[in-house]
Amino acid sequence: MKKFLNLVLSAAMVMALLAGCGSSGTTTQAPASSAASTPASAPTEQTSSVSGTVTASGSSALQPLAQAAADAFNSANPDCSVTVNGGGSGTGLKNVSEGSVDIGNSDVFAEEKLDASAAAGLVDHEVCTITMAPIVNKDLGVANLTKQQLIDIFSAKTTNWKDVGGPDLAILLVTRPTSSGTRALFKTWALDGTEEASNQSLETDDSGTLLQTVESNKGAIGYVALSYLVNNADVQTVSIDGVAPTLENTYNGTYPVWGYEHMYTKGDGSEAAQAFIKYMMSDEFAPSIESMGYGASSKMSTQAVSSHNK
Amino acid sequence: MSDSRPFEATKKGGPGKQLFFRKYLGCSIVTICGLFMIALTVSIGAFLIFKGMGTFARYGHSVFEFLFSSDWSPMDSGTKNGGGVGAAIYICGSLLTCGLALLIAAPFSLAAAIFITEISPKLGAHLIQPAVEIFVGIPSVVYGWVGLTVLVPFIRDTFHAPMGGYSVLAAAIVLSVMIFPTITTVAADSIRSVPVMYREAAYGLGSTRWQTIYRVVVPAAAPGIITGIVLGLSRAFGKALAVAMVIGKTRAFPAGLLYPTNNLTAAIAADMGNSADGGEQNLALWSMALLLFLISILFIVVIHGVGKKKEGMVE
Repeated sequence: MKKFLNLVLSAAMVMALLAGCGSSGTTTQAPASSAASTPASAPTEQTSSVSGTVTASGSSALQPLAQAAADAFNSANPDCSVTVNGGGSGTGLKNVSEGSVDIGNSDVFAEEKLDASAAAGLVDHEVCTITMAPIVNKDLGVANLTKQQLIDIFSAKTTNWKDVGGPDLAILLVTRPTSSGTRALFKTWALDGTEEASNQSLETDDSGTLLQTVESNKGAIGYVALSYLVNNADVQTVSIDGVAPTLENTYNGTYPVWGYEHMYTKGDGSEAAQAFIKYMMSDEFAPSIESMGYGASSKMSTQAVSSHNK
Repeated sequence: MSDSRPFEATKKGGPGKQLFFRKYLGCSIVTICGLFMIALTVSIGAFLIFKGMGTFARYGHSVFEFLFSSDWSPMDSGTKNGGGVGAAIYICGSLLTCGLALLIAAPFSLAAAIFITEISPKLGAHLIQPAVEIFVGIPSVVYGWVGLTVLVPFIRDTFHAPMGGYSVLAAAIVLSVMIFPTITTVAADSIRSVPVMYREAAYGLGSTRWQTIYRVVVPAAAPGIITGIVLGLSRAFGKALAVAMVIGKTRAFPAGLLYPTNNLTAAIAADMGNSADGGEQNLALWSMALLLFLISILFIVVIHGVGKKKEGMVE
């Protein structure tokens, strides 16, 4: 009797574990629906008939937006489930070219991280734009810098704030690792390709820590994507040559420090993946993109786009 | 159990057969698990060696450059070559922070161990030993967070540290708090295991309690204490997250104790996810991981060597 009870309890525990292994859809239980998920329901209409699973990994800059889109997509399409992971742009690109995920998120073009043959098999979807803003401590009192001043500060030629119109305080550089997509974008478009002085700056793993470092050190300067500044009034953004780092200025092309966020699929990708990417780029989702601090690709003026075509 | 009994018992059937079966089943399961663990360790080592050698084999850098050059600028892309892979800054950072942490932690640990075992065993067993064990249970990210939010501003304001308080000192203090329980526990155990007759002989010769401790007990327990110290050092070497949060990760040699620098584990944690797979930077980071693995093996060999010496000395 006791043995039988033990057996039953163990079986119940194992089944409880396996129930958690199903896809994390917001509504119906996964195992039943994913069995029926194969080509049966063709997504001719976009809503409610897409089914399947989509996995995405990669850039941490794009991750909050991708997660929000995944949540909205999952509730609109109960038969489909999208999971988003981080790991960095390099990891995302590698995973999608190997086929271990459906979508690879990246801040940079695939050709920069993968070799030509691997990158050739990937299809790029530029789902949104991301704007980088230089930030300083709120108590510093410097709100505008010329581009040359910015370059001199980040390459450590200028080491005191009084040389650029601020108080007499040493400049504390806070930056990201060399393999970061955020840093690559900032270097190309704000510093005109000048290498930052890595031997005199503090390196932080992620933008959240960078924000906190700038908030707590009066002489600190760093850079961060606008998505991190949406609900944050504790740091001061710095205008470059008088142009403030806002979404409007990115759209009309006056503020140059932005880049596309890429979602790469191997070939065209599965139907569910295509539907998800289409949803992310649709007008339906565009208000969420802007409210989270990213820029909608459809709103970029031709002037802005052409300034970035090398 | 003699061999003949199981056979006789199986001839008759019944309980003997079960005994025979259980004995060999139990032994074989245990053996398989043991061999699996060995195989796992060996395969991790082999994988690290395979990946770590890539920097030297595929991209043609020399081991000398890796260990002693401070020019770290590897190419981060699938195939390009030609960057520098000098990891001297990281190696120096690791050695400096761990050495300093040991210098800070070892006296406190030894003192705590002596207090627990000799001066006040009751208080030690009921209060201090559990407190030390709680230290071990706290996740290292919590230490890093407390270091980041409390220690770093404190260093910045009190010592007027030039770069925000992120410094070798902060990393060393955080590490010393983390290795303190390890050294204390091992040292306390080895002091306890000094035979009572040593102490009685010392008292018999007329020494005071303190003289007994520092002239007889501690030297007799020295191999065990050294084992504890080396164990603590090897733990300190491997701590990544807590150190990364307070060391500032500046790619330069520290100009002093109050300046930031970088170390092996923080570099691997920061760059591994973003770097292009198979590229020069990625393989250079694997070489760093291999170096850490080899250093850990070195420490274990030292511990075994010291342990053998102890067996030779005591009896």
